[in-house]
Formats: sequence, structure tokens, C-alpha cells
Amino acid sequence: MNLIFEIGKEGRGLSLLPKCDVPVTDLPENLKRQSELHLPQVSENEISRHYTKLAQRTHGVNKGFYPLGSCTMKYNPKVNEEMAALKGFRQVHPLQDESTVQGSLEVIKMTEDILSEILGMDAFTLQPAAGAHGEFTGLLLIKSYHTDRGDTKRTKIIVPDSAHGTNPASAAMCGYEVVSIPSAEDGCVDLDALRDAVGEDTAGLMLTNPNTVGLFDKNILEITKIVHEAGGLCYYDGANLNAVMGQARPGDMGFDCVHVNLHKTFSTPHGGGGPGSGPVGCKAFLQDFLPGARIKGNIEDGYYYEDSPKSMGSVKMFHGNFLVVVRALTYMLTLGKEGIPEASANAVLNANYMRVKLAKKYEMAYDTTCMHEFVMDLSELKHRTGVSALDVAKGLLDYGVHPPTMYFPLIVHEALMVEPCETEPREVMDEACDTLLELYDLAEKDPEWLHAAPHNAVIGRPDEVGAARKPVVKYTWE
Amino acid sequence: MALYFMKSHEWLNELDDNTVTIGISDYAQNELGGLVFVNLPEPGDEVTVDEPFADVESVKAVSDIYSPVSGTVLEINEELLDAPETINDAPYDAWFIKVENVTAHADLMTEEEYNAYCETLAE
Repeated sequence: MNLIFEIGKEGRGLSLLPKCDVPVTDLPENLKRQSELHLPQVSENEISRHYTKLAQRTHGVNKGFYPLGSCTMKYNPKVNEEMAALKGFRQVHPLQDESTVQGSLEVIKMTEDILSEILGMDAFTLQPAAGAHGEFTGLLLIKSYHTDRGDTKRTKIIVPDSAHGTNPASAAMCGYEVVSIPSAEDGCVDLDALRDAVGEDTAGLMLTNPNTVGLFDKNILEITKIVHEAGGLCYYDGANLNAVMGQARPGDMGFDCVHVNLHKTFSTPHGGGGPGSGPVGCKAFLQDFLPGARIKGNIEDGYYYEDSPKSMGSVKMFHGNFLVVVRALTYMLTLGKEGIPEASANAVLNANYMRVKLAKKYEMAYDTTCMHEFVMDLSELKHRTGVSALDVAKGLLDYGVHPPTMYFPLIVHEALMVEPCETEPREVMDEACDTLLELYDLAEKDPEWLHAAPHNAVIGRPDEVGAARKPVVKYTWE
Repeated sequence: MALYFMKSHEWLNELDDNTVTIGISDYAQNELGGLVFVNLPEPGDEVTVDEPFADVESVKAVSDIYSPVSGTVLEINEELLDAPETINDAPYDAWFIKVENVTAHADLMTEEEYNAYCETLAE
């Protein structure tokens, strides 16, 4: 299909903008553009059709099933959008006098308080713009703590080998040396390896629980104890919070700080370049180091900003992606105290429902009850038929199902990681399971068809090496 | 040339008593898929047995490359930096680094032992 720059005609356009109501002044010569400004010249009709066509070519939760493991692609209720579109939220400015934005400050304070309750923390910042940004902020909390105590010999962060790649990356960005520890046979942290890894140089541990193979680490209290006894702190990566929200609290598991992804667990939009939000929470002893101005007060006496002299400084302007926070708060209030644990229980139930159905043919990486997601290991299938996890994923596209996460976690070869979420009805999961089982049979009967899949998608097998090595990310005019 | 292998899929070629080249195996490049970036050490850097000395990024993942010996980097294969696909095309020609003053070796497998080991991984 054509790009927007390639459609339309010279002089065509539309006038959505109001007439200019301020005096027009000319820029000095040296500040003027030297080249022509290429703007698309299209009618409103053409714009509408162009973007509708783009939307039709892509796949989203609003179009079909999206069981992308470790991403929690739940449905985002439309009421969230309605609240975020309210003028009082949409048209405020963070530099307005605090007396004129009391409602917005209440949203922030209320969200911080509810998140604190769900995670078992004492304070939260909503500044970080996404998960990895939250990780970075959480690690800066750990660093601030050790530095404040004059304990500067702690230079290492321990990360299990099943961790999201962002964990070691965030630790390295923070100036830490990363110590990777292997997982035990059962997919959980190897306690002996952890005991060997901790010491006087341990700044902390980063852990996702349930972990990336969808298992709740049964030794979690022992794990956090080992790290604490060595003088390190424990960081909870909230990537998989959807499995335990309202059921178990990282704060009670011994974690000192956490991040949560509002765009995963709390139903705000994902990706597409749209804003995410990765709030960071901590126990009271870390709260003075949190970034940005803290919001204090209450509904009766009003809300106000308070600076902390020990703060690490801002990690993003003002209050982060505020309208994302409005959406997440709407979600939390819609679900309430009963709905939040019900959502996580259903997320776990749905995952186990699919796991058991698929286990008829697919080999599970860990043959045990899972949390909100599970990992299938297609090594045997690939060895026998030549059909890889990638081929099966591509085959799914022909059936209108977004593939599960592939080749992650790295500790499972030929991994397909399925996370259905609580928002899917049973029929949708039944259909996806039938499709996956059919593809398994097809791998045995007609592997060539799967090697050539997808047959009906707009784009089949993109040149991934070319995209990484020589990306074309900008339109060039002749 | 007689190659020796690590369990983590690096190969070692002994040029003489004191100098070796190191690369990754055909099995490794096949598992990783299309390689897009390679990070190599600098000549003069020290490498240590069983410690990472380089990393590669494929369309699937970033992986550390472990050293089968301890020694000093004599030379790096700069061609790989611009053309990492060479590793996919000819893994046993695409050496990563040349190491001299070799002081220690990891526990290595012969080619035959390594092939048998890869068979067990596929099952």
C-alpha cells in the first residue's frame, strides 16, 4: 500500500485548523527553512481511508486474540478512554497553581495509594514512562540507599538467567555489574547459586515473580532473606503482576521496591509508540529517594507538592504520563477490591485451561500448574518434523490469531509462551487451542505449508537481518 | 585443522603452541539465527577461561561468547563487525579473535565428541 506522502494531489487538502487569531510575524532569514516542507496533500476522505486501511492491516486486541506471553494484552475497557478524555484532565498543565489542579493531584495521590496497597509498598512515584524506565528508577533507589549509607562497595546486581532482557540492561545502565545466576531444573531460582553469588558487593537482586516461565517461585521468602542477609535489596519486576494482583503482595514476599506496568496489568494501551507508564513503589525506608516532587495532603485539607532533599531527582517531567494514570485509576476503581483478585484468578484459570488443552499434543517446558502464562517447548517437534516455533507462530497468522511470544525465555529452546489474559471468553480460547492443535498435526503432515506460512498475511516473513542491519525508517523524497 | 569445542558452542583452533583462534560452531549459528551485530574486544585485552569476551546479537537474542582459553588478544577479525552474516555463512572460517600467550585451557571436546553432544541437545 502507498504511504500518505504518495497519495493525494498538489493543492488538495482540508481545513480542520481554525483561522489564526494572533498577529503573524516573519522569522529572521537565518531561521527559515532552506528546503521545501513536504506535507501530505490529501482530502479528509483520503486520510480517513488511509488510516482505516492501515488499521485493517494490523492486529490488535480490538480485532482478535492476542496471547502474547509476558505482555498481558488484556482488553482495555472503553470507560478508561472516556475518563481520560474529560476536559478537566485533558486540559490541565502541570505548572498551573496547585490550587487549580486539586482533582488531578487527587488522581495521582489516590493511584499511588491504591498501588501501594496492591503491591504492599509504602510509597509510589508515577514518573517512569514504561517498564524498563521503572526498572532503572528502582535500581537508582537501591543505589541511592547504599550511597546514602556510605556503602559504596556494592557494585553488583544479581539477575536470574530467565529474566527479561531489560533487567540486566537496566542494571548496566545504572552502572552496576550484572551477575547472572542459573535457574534450577524446576524453572525457579537456584538457591545454592544465589547463596554463592551474594556477598559484600551485592547491591541487590532483580526478580520477576511469577517468573518468565509462568511459575510462582515457591522459595521466594528464602530468596529475599538470602539477599537481605548479605546486605542487598530486592527489586520486584512487576511484568507478571497480572497473575497475583490482589492475591499476593511483593511487599509481603520481602521485596523493597517494585515497578508495575500500568499498560499491562492495569489496562492502559500498549505500544504503537503510545505512552506507557511504569510506576515505582518502595518501602518507607526508601521513599525519601523517590524522584520528583511528592504529593501530600488529603481531600479535606487539599493536596500540595513537597520536595525531598534526598530525592534522586526527576526521571521524567512532572508526573509522568498523567492520562495513562487516569485510565489505570479508572480500571482499578471499576474493578474494586473484589474485582482485582477476581481478574488475576481468571487470568490464571484461563492460562491453565489452555495449557491442559494444548498439553494433549504440545510438550510443556514445565509440566506443572502455571500462573497467568505457560511455555511450550517445540524442540522435539522441530527435531522430528523440521517445523520450528517460528513456523507455528507464522501459521497462526493465517488463522487470525496473534502468535504467542517466541524464543523467550531463552532458557527454553523453541519456546512459545502463551498468556491469554482474563478478558478472553472460553470460545476464543477453544478456537485458538483447536488451531494450535491443528497446526501441530500439519507440522507432521505438511511441514512445507508451515515453512511457507503465513499465506494470507499482508507481510509474510520480513527480512529481519536487513531490518536490524540496514533499517529504512524515513521516507526520502526524490 | 583440528577444532576443539566448548559446551557453550565456541570452537578453538590451535595455530601453534602459543596462538589460537576462536569462533562459534555451526550448531550455534544455526540456533541463533541471522546475526546482526558482533561486539569484539580490543587487541591487547586479556581473555579468561570460561569468561565472556564478546557478544553477538541475532534476530532472536543477544548472547555472550565464552573464551576457551586465557591469554592476550593478538588480533580481532574486524571483517565481522561490518559483515556479521559471515558467521552464519561460514562459521568455521569466521574466527572472532586470535589469542597469544595462552596460559590456560578450558575442558574441551574433540569434533566427534562435540557432534555427539549436539545430538543429545536436539533430543
